[in-house]
Amino acid sequence: MKCDQCNRPAVVHQVIISNGTHREIHLCEIHAAEAGVPNPGKQPINKLMAKVSQPVQTAVMPTCPTCDTTLTHIRKSSLFGCPDCYDAFAQATRLIIESVQGGADQHVGRNPQNIATDNTSRYESKRLVEELDRAVRAEQYERAAKIKAKLAMLAEQRPLEDKSDDS
Amino acid sequence: MTPDTPTDLDVVLSSRARLARNVAGIPFVHRTTDDQRRLVMTRVTHALDAAATDVEPLDWIDLESTSSLDRRVLYERHLISRPHADATGPRGVAVASDAAMSVMVNEEDHVRMHAIAPGLSIHDCFARVRRLDEAMEPHVGWAWHHQWGYQSACPTNVGTGVRFSTMLHLPALRLTRELDKVRQAAKDLHLAVRGYYGEGSESSGSFFQVSNQITLGNSEDELLDVFLTSIMPGIINYERAARQALLKRDRTTIADRVLRDLAVLRNAQLVKADEAMRRLSMIRLGICIDLISDVKLQTVNTLFHEIQAGHLQQTAGTSLTQDESRAARATLLRQRLGTS
Ligand SMILES: [Zn+2]
Ligand SMILES: [Zn+2]
Repeated sequence: MKCDQCNRPAVVHQVIISNGTHREIHLCEIHAAEAGVPNPGKQPINKLMAKVSQPVQTAVMPTCPTCDTTLTHIRKSSLFGCPDCYDAFAQATRLIIESVQGGADQHVGRNPQNIATDNTSRYESKRLVEELDRAVRAEQYERAAKIKAKLAMLAEQRPLEDKSDDS
Repeated sequence: MTPDTPTDLDVVLSSRARLARNVAGIPFVHRTTDDQRRLVMTRVTHALDAAATDVEPLDWIDLESTSSLDRRVLYERHLISRPHADATGPRGVAVASDAAMSVMVNEEDHVRMHAIAPGLSIHDCFARVRRLDEAMEPHVGWAWHHQWGYQSACPTNVGTGVRFSTMLHLPALRLTRELDKVRQAAKDLHLAVRGYYGEGSESSGSFFQVSNQITLGNSEDELLDVFLTSIMPGIINYERAARQALLKRDRTTIADRVLRDLAVLRNAQLVKADEAMRRLSMIRLGICIDLISDVKLQTVNTLFHEIQAGHLQQTAGTSLTQDESRAARATLLRQRLGTS
């Protein structure tokens, strides 16, 4: 059975009886998360039933407190509204990102903490070594000497940085 | 920075590295007001100014007050994207003095910086944008999440925000009808493949932009390494083998085709953009397999930009009708390709 709101397979099926009327709801993972049914696959059936049998209030569409973007909007546009949307819709964010990133769920690589310190000088010296190599190959000896001087300066700075880390 | 001697120029037209970044504390571009976009521009240009002393100065172009012709030329030179050229509202681009690096502001993300270089030279391109990014970051503060890395409007860019791409010229694989295999193999490796080279590239069908699709879960260097060592050599050698096979199977037929295309462009009086792209593509192949020796590879590479409508109008200094544009294109091609 398909989700009521898109073409994905429905994983959550609810029967809602309120004010004497009977309504069936079928939702996919993403729309279930949006409607506030967490982790449908893992939820015990009796808990789900308990939830189902309660008269539901008109569903309040979850919105990002910072930018007012709704999850529906994010799904339709495939764009987050602001950096805070990532945590405002944490569960959906994970599903959306994993599905387009080959299942990856953790950033690896550069981050703002390490670039300001160690990485910059390490990266800079690596770059300078490469530049020195090119200068030598191109027989630009004056330039090579300048690069060597820069490298020496970096090498001097590094032990100082290490010391200040220890204190 | 002295660029590396570019390699693999016979197959790789150009390389590109891109970083997507957003300013912390401001909604992503599609949810911003004009005032917030101006704030982004202020913050970013400030960071660019501060970075100028560490890396290199860039020229700022306010796209809101730039003519549509100038925006088109920027697009044809790959300095801004088509949507960025066509959009409205506060936005801009900072361009390096060699026009090989640019920083788009208020495109899909607050900041998209990319560097481009001829041949297979992604290391150089990436080193250049990484240095700029590192120099800017302390002055601007990018949106960053402990789990998802650098945050982007689109989930396909989160994490490193890095996109490596190469513009490949694969005319032999097209002639031998093996491009679909390349396309399928690329998809299996999580690569995006697009036929793209300005106006007329779809029908010429020989240009392919290949880029990584995954930006999360591997470091920048790992992503680059995979792209360069396990992906590029395969495609490049596949095209080279197809070229040699063509020569071996029927040298006269292939020579006839490329020399005929050269003869046409040396004499034609009216040339459409897609026709020019198609014939230039064959001429480029002819140069690479030594069937044409009196035209330089660089001449053809430059012509791919120069024959685009915006460039022709800019050179003419006036707007051109369709026929005038075709005549100007033909004249330019005769001049550049002429025997002298
Ligand atoms: Zn759904
Ligand atoms: Zn938000």
